Amino acid sequence: MNHISDLRVKIGPLGLKNPVIAASGTFGYGLEFEPLLDLNLLGAFIVKGISLSPRQGNPPPRIVETPCGMLNAIGLANIGLEVFLRDKLPRLKNLDTHVIVNIYGHSVDEYGELANALKGVDGISAVEVNISCPNVAEGGMAFGTDPQVSAKVTEKVVQNTDKPVIVKLSPNVTDIRLIARAVEDAGAHAVSLINTLTGMAVDIDKRIPKLANISGGLSGPAIRPVALYMVHQVVRTVKIPVIGMGGIMDCRDALEFLIAGARAVQVGTANFVNPTATVDIISGLREYCDEQGIEDINEIIGSLLLECR
Amino acid sequence: MMFEQKTEIIFNKNVALKTFLLGIRSQEIAAHAIPGQFVMLRIGKGPDPLLRRPFSISGTRDQDLVLILYKVVGKGTALLQEKRAGEGLSVLGPLGRGFGLPDDEQVPLLVAGGIGVAPLFFLAQTIHTTNTQIMMGFGSSNEIIPVDVMGDFKIQYSISTDDGTHGHGGLVTELLATSLEKHTWHPSSLSLFSCGPKPMLKRVAEMALEHHIPCQVSIEAVMACGMGACQGCVVRSGSHETQTYQYVCKDGPVFFSHQIDWNQP
Repeated sequence: MNHISDLRVKIGPLGLKNPVIAASGTFGYGLEFEPLLDLNLLGAFIVKGISLSPRQGNPPPRIVETPCGMLNAIGLANIGLEVFLRDKLPRLKNLDTHVIVNIYGHSVDEYGELANALKGVDGISAVEVNISCPNVAEGGMAFGTDPQVSAKVTEKVVQNTDKPVIVKLSPNVTDIRLIARAVEDAGAHAVSLINTLTGMAVDIDKRIPKLANISGGLSGPAIRPVALYMVHQVVRTVKIPVIGMGGIMDCRDALEFLIAGARAVQVGTANFVNPTATVDIISGLREYCDEQGIEDINEIIGSLLLECR
Repeated sequence: MMFEQKTEIIFNKNVALKTFLLGIRSQEIAAHAIPGQFVMLRIGKGPDPLLRRPFSISGTRDQDLVLILYKVVGKGTALLQEKRAGEGLSVLGPLGRGFGLPDDEQVPLLVAGGIGVAPLFFLAQTIHTTNTQIMMGFGSSNEIIPVDVMGDFKIQYSISTDDGTHGHGGLVTELLATSLEKHTWHPSSLSLFSCGPKPMLKRVAEMALEHHIPCQVSIEAVMACGMGACQGCVVRSGSHETQTYQYVCKDGPVFFSHQIDWNQP
């Protein structure tokens, strides 16, 4: 191959060297994966959701495998904002990739406080707002299932930050387009979808839920068709960039989302199965573009043909 | 040091009822592994079963062979037992914190329940002193994993079976109790190491506390990644006031028995 395909994409004001992002909650603080891959190759990575105070998370068992997927109820266990800024961020600052911080609050004001605390902080390229965690008792998904509350949270974060704001949407709603439109109107620079689908599994011998939390969030290839259709719907509803995710395991899966109109993709559960899934997808995309003679990956994005079946 | 590799299966042989010894070739993992550490194996080729499965490392041989003893308990291990020599297997490891090795003056007492022998065989191989004793409990005589399955290492051993078909009829913790009564060791000259089902570990932990013997246990947990990213594999530690969660994959899988809250569900 003589030419090198251009994989660069733009998420609002944020330029990525390629459209592959490691998803929050599946990639630790990035550092965990450093022994196995070069973080600088990534378009971006999103750290585990951070709250104002540290959270221990839910009691075990927290995860259970289900057909072609897994349920998790981690409960947003995290080290808290202060420790993140003090211990983790300094080790991420010199990377040649974008570090995006996922934030989670108990109230609209807390989201604002978190955004404000990250304002002007060097080494953080964007904020992803988690309004869709299904595994915490207070708030979480409640924010993401009501268009007005979603808009309020978004507005608060946008007012309190100098960074691009990505709002992560829940699929556990009647019509995801309503939420997407509400957060767009509230000033979000992009939306990412989908977070996990709420589900449960039962131990038939003990007759108890397999997760201590009873319910958990379903992820993995099992949810990919659901995710893809929601991305398709949202792409046709909002003007801001859409970041697609849900069960992407390899390059072919990523291409489905890009063709459907996602400007970038997030890779989540795949990181557990194949720790180099993100970089494997990037090289797969490069090969695909080379083979197809595509010079700019943006030619693929949103290229879905609907009329000529 | 951790590696993600496509390794070759050298053998995968049946050594007891539903119990297999897997040998895979990896110079890097064999060179870096310490007893108590584990590997994550990707058993399925497609999306089901999706996640890797954690396995204790049972030993190393000839500088490049990693040995894994496993019992067939579910979908993943049922698929694993069908794999043949020459097939490839994706391995991530070595992972986690292993056993702290005993001092030269200490008598290592190893207590295993069933497939819990897996990490303890590696420990015995590494300590390599003639005064190492291992007590192993199995359900029945056909489940007994012979100590020489790992190769030639000198070790004193005793066996219990739940149904009394071999050795002591009863629990392995009863063997431990007898052993602690019979001998006149000073508690500080002993070091306990244990792996097995939780009720057994709990009893061993109680006995260690009663006799003031340092005791390390290897804990099992469901985990997705094995490297601290999924945060799924927690175990409760500390008392009620100071209760906190530890991650089995990176804080463990080996813990001192007094660190664990044994009363958790």
